[in-house]
Amino acid sequence: MKKLHQSIRLYFHYVSLNIRCMMQYKASFFLTALGQFLVSFTVFLGIFFMFQRFSMVEGFTYSEVLLCFGIMLMEFSLAEMFARGFDMFHHMVKNGEFDRVLVRPQNEILQVLGSKFELTRIGRMAQAIVMFIYGIVKNEVAWSFSKVLTVIFMLIGGTAVFSALFLIYAALCFFTLDGLEFINIFTDGAREFGKYPVGVYGKEFLIFTTFFIPYALIQYYPLLYILGRRTEVFLVLLPLLACWFLVPALLLWRFGVRHYKSSGS
Amino acid sequence: MKKYLSFFRLRFLMGLQYRAAALGGIATQFAWGFMEIMIFRAFYRADAAAFPMSFSATASYIWLQQAFLALFATWMMEKEIFDAIVNGNIVYELCRPISIYNMWFSRSMANRLSRAVLRCFPILAFAVFIPKPYGIALPASLWHFVLFLLTLLLGLAMTVSLCVLVYILAFFTISPQGLQMIFITMTDFFAGALIPLPFFPEKMQRFMELLPFAAMQNVPLRIYGGSMTRFEIQKAVLLQIFWLLVITAAGKLLCKLALKRVVVQGG
Repeated sequence: MKKLHQSIRLYFHYVSLNIRCMMQYKASFFLTALGQFLVSFTVFLGIFFMFQRFSMVEGFTYSEVLLCFGIMLMEFSLAEMFARGFDMFHHMVKNGEFDRVLVRPQNEILQVLGSKFELTRIGRMAQAIVMFIYGIVKNEVAWSFSKVLTVIFMLIGGTAVFSALFLIYAALCFFTLDGLEFINIFTDGAREFGKYPVGVYGKEFLIFTTFFIPYALIQYYPLLYILGRRTEVFLVLLPLLACWFLVPALLLWRFGVRHYKSSGS
Repeated sequence: MKKYLSFFRLRFLMGLQYRAAALGGIATQFAWGFMEIMIFRAFYRADAAAFPMSFSATASYIWLQQAFLALFATWMMEKEIFDAIVNGNIVYELCRPISIYNMWFSRSMANRLSRAVLRCFPILAFAVFIPKPYGIALPASLWHFVLFLLTLLLGLAMTVSLCVLVYILAFFTISPQGLQMIFITMTDFFAGALIPLPFFPEKMQRFMELLPFAAMQNVPLRIYGGSMTRFEIQKAVLLQIFWLLVITAAGKLLCKLALKRVVVQGG
């Protein structure tokens, strides 16, 4: 217990160091945050103009899609904020910095997590929140306690799934020594294509995202519950279930660490 | 001219060496194109009458876009050039008796072409075998195909001239990041990379088609599927040539201005 407490304190120390470091370059920080906002803003514009032409997609209206995209983008930005260290991990492996991590008497995941805290993603977060609020206002969702709880669980589960994907990306660096471009499909691609409820992409895709990479658990099914299309109570807990995805990611990471050969100078 | 051609040749051959990277790129682009088509399929099912072009033409647009991504993706800018401007290594380039504009231009052309050559064939070969209407269709006619190739090259030159313009603007801003980000988001949106221009509301589309950004991927990819009339094609090609001349001239002028008062940083 004491160890856990200590670790959490250390993590927040890392975070505060990162933020203070970043605030030394204030202009750069605000510009990057603004850029993050702009990038997802054009994606939003894409949706907006598509819905000028089409009134619905697979039974989902414009405001429902925005609600979906808003939550998904929040999940992604949170994961990117916290787990950015894994996303940048290939630099750490390449220049041998990971050796330094290994000799310190602390958990290596904690150290990698703490190596980078990407506050600039606040720009993307802002965009997500605006869309989310717009979705709430324009939608006739009958909000209840269980639905609010669902949203919170979605945020937790989604952050876990995306963090797990970043972790897998990082773990693969142990074997390839460089970032694998293909993994982007599962992270950036999920952000890009998660703007529409995954049911839109057809049945096979829904099965894949239910059992393999659990996007549907953090997006599609709970969304149906929030919109009142389905009423089963277990759907509330489904996003939390998606956290299982952390397990194979962690195992792969462990396996990778054991096989790590230093490459830097 | 000869020295720029040899620059081009060198860079092109160098680019062909990165085969493993190309393999990763092919897989990514293929998956990306597939997802993209699934989205449009969902919209098509929702309301087929609202589709501005045939589904098969849309699918062809998407596959060509993925296959020739390296020609048009503005986020594939050369970090090396920006770095040289920021850290001062640019002086070595300035010492040479060549025009820096032409050098960057030929080198960017070569980089993009070599990447595209490595990636386009496997993607296209796959896409041909995907059942209709989800795969890539044959071009509308032989004439359309010739025009497609021609406008593809014009579009590439247009992309490169815009990118070089941004490199030169970096002389003035010192830190290129903000500039780069705004440029990339703008082009993604206005060039039809995010969604093809015909999917925008009509007035918006007409306006966007006149911008230089529409002279990049928009023209060749739409000509291929045969969704443009003859008059529209004529207009689009003329606009491509017009913008290419204007942007290149602007780039050269700005280059001259920048080099007159260049402040080299770093040491």
